[in-house]
Amino acid sequence: MSTARDEILASIRRSLGVTGAERPRRAIVEERLARAPAGVVPARGGVTGRARIELFIAQAEAALATVAEVDAPADVPAAIAAWLRSHNLPATLRRGTDPRLAAMPWEDTPLALDEGPSDGSDLNAVSHALGGVAETGTCALVSGPENPSTLNFLPDNHIVVVDAGEIVGDYESLWARVREKAGKGAMPRTVNWITGPSRSADIEQTMFLGAHGPRRLHIVVVGGGKAAGSGETAENAPPA
Amino acid sequence: MSVHATSPHFKENAHHALRDVQLQRAMGNVRVGFIDKRAKAAAKLPEFEALRDSARDIKNHTLAHLDLYLEAYVAKVEASGGIVHFARDAAEARRIVTDICREAGARTVTKGKSMISEEIGLNEHLAGQGIEPVETDLGEYIIQLRHEAPSHIIAPAVHVNASQVEEEFRRAHTHLDAARDLSEPVNLLTEARGILRERFLAADVGITGANFLVAETGTSIIVTNEGNGDLTQILPKTHVVLASIEKLVPTLEDVSQLLRVLARSATGQELSVYTTFSTGPRRVGDVDGPEAYHVVLIDNGRSSMLGTNFEEMLRCIRCGACMNHCPVYHAVGGHAYGWVYPGPMGAVLTPSLIGVDKGGHLPNASTFCGRCESVCPVRIPLPKLMRHWREREFERHLSPATVRSGLKAWAFFAKRPALYRLATRVGMNLLAFAGRSKGRFSSLPFASGWTKYRDFPAPQGGTFQERFARERAAGAGRRKVA
Repeated sequence: MSTARDEILASIRRSLGVTGAERPRRAIVEERLARAPAGVVPARGGVTGRARIELFIAQAEAALATVAEVDAPADVPAAIAAWLRSHNLPATLRRGTDPRLAAMPWEDTPLALDEGPSDGSDLNAVSHALGGVAETGTCALVSGPENPSTLNFLPDNHIVVVDAGEIVGDYESLWARVREKAGKGAMPRTVNWITGPSRSADIEQTMFLGAHGPRRLHIVVVGGGKAAGSGETAENAPPA
Repeated sequence: MSVHATSPHFKENAHHALRDVQLQRAMGNVRVGFIDKRAKAAAKLPEFEALRDSARDIKNHTLAHLDLYLEAYVAKVEASGGIVHFARDAAEARRIVTDICREAGARTVTKGKSMISEEIGLNEHLAGQGIEPVETDLGEYIIQLRHEAPSHIIAPAVHVNASQVEEEFRRAHTHLDAARDLSEPVNLLTEARGILRERFLAADVGITGANFLVAETGTSIIVTNEGNGDLTQILPKTHVVLASIEKLVPTLEDVSQLLRVLARSATGQELSVYTTFSTGPRRVGDVDGPEAYHVVLIDNGRSSMLGTNFEEMLRCIRCGACMNHCPVYHAVGGHAYGWVYPGPMGAVLTPSLIGVDKGGHLPNASTFCGRCESVCPVRIPLPKLMRHWREREFERHLSPATVRSGLKAWAFFAKRPALYRLATRVGMNLLAFAGRSKGRFSSLPFASGWTKYRDFPAPQGGTFQERFARERAAGAGRRKVA
């Protein structure tokens, strides 16, 4: 197409001492792209069941997110309402068209809901994650009308709902799930990995939360099999 | 060359930096903090050293097949509706970005932190074309107000103290209440958040760099803690990604390996807050995100580093660990290096990109203590590469005459071991005798460059070789140094 492209490729090939037509080189590259071999995967994420959920929660909290656990999707609205109330935040909430969120009993709470992308004037938003990664307590979100990307960054308080069954151990397992949905070699427009709330240490290397993105990240884990009453904090407790 | 380099004046810059009270106070924040945080993060992950090997191997593999991975990457970006541009040098890259901005009718562009943008001198150029660039990373915003270059590749305003930020904000944000309290750093952060929020929402084009590009999927990746890079790329109608060609990696698995060492090496976090994978523009049904997605792939000297001693430098993932651990960087800060990239990685990269005639002082600004190499997540042998530059500088007769004649004199003796032993023995004994009363010299012939700033310790008698031979015979040479 352009001369610049041809010249840069020619310069690379001259420096590497290749023509670009060598069959073995092409085969190596094609094979790697097709097979996408995993490298060193930390053993840390190899835990299963309840241990994996607990690792996810511990890592997310270490990254200064807060986490609540509920038994079923129907418990999510009340848990979010309680969390907002415990922080003296208004009972407003913006979300996308995600059917999992839409099916929840919001009418049982005092929350006033708005739907669609954010224009920057929302205080609170909720998204449903594609999944979580236990190794670093990371939520993975995918762009689209179901969960618009602006909800992840513009509101002051971002709430992310994660199904416990969609929490994987490591990044490699997450990519396997993305490929299941998008196909090998394809990607959603945006995949956001979010690990804790926004922060900056640019002034004197001292860390403060709420730089440009959300000041708070609250994660609601659904169906993680937490035994009722074990270690519930006042903040996470469902409303009376 | 795109940014005016003061690298040829490194010595003067360093003198100035050492006398700069504000700078020395600010650099105290680097000397603590970064080193401890990285060490803790590395210790928490048993696979960390194996991941460093893996990261090195991925980068080596990609560089050896860079032409083919670039072709695969471009095909994927185009298949997802993005547009790829190639730029041979800084001027071409600036022209391409300006054209995209003009086509979008842009008056203001927001920018995520990007070192390649600094390298090509983009802000100054855009401003000259009537397009206002707004840096949105807090540190970058601060130095943009101060009309400065970054002094660190991940903490651009590390040389600035909070009181100086306050001064700058009061000067720039004149529409705000003059009596407001900015004595707490968190208030400075909140003020910048408010000011920049409006700029994000008003921008016509968003320009980000890329930490990585993925050939498998045509994806660009940015890593931030603030979220500024994301607001830069999802709010305006046009998103422009600037990336040098060595940012490429083959697959999502490969980039996951690199992400596991990047944040741990940089800030000691297990992962940065926001890791964002972007593939093309808005899709059918999307309600936000950019309508146009451009990638500008910039060579600017990289392709000719391949196949040379300096190819290993192209593995660099810009974590900043080398400068965080460098005693010379700690002492003089980033600006003394005089161009875009400071510290050990800058000392190797700068001569490659602007010429050894201009950047030749930088590889000499090292004690060769080796801390940079010991923490580099992709195991770049930085001291060895600095030594290559010193050799080149010598070969090209760029070093001063005193250094050259001194090295020649040393080489004369070094090639004649018996003479060397005799001469050092005589020399050491003479110096030991002359300095026996004070134990040090405050001036010495031919050594004024040293004694002008510090005393030269008097030898205790005997030479290193004598002692080495003696201790080896006694078996001490086999003992491990603790």
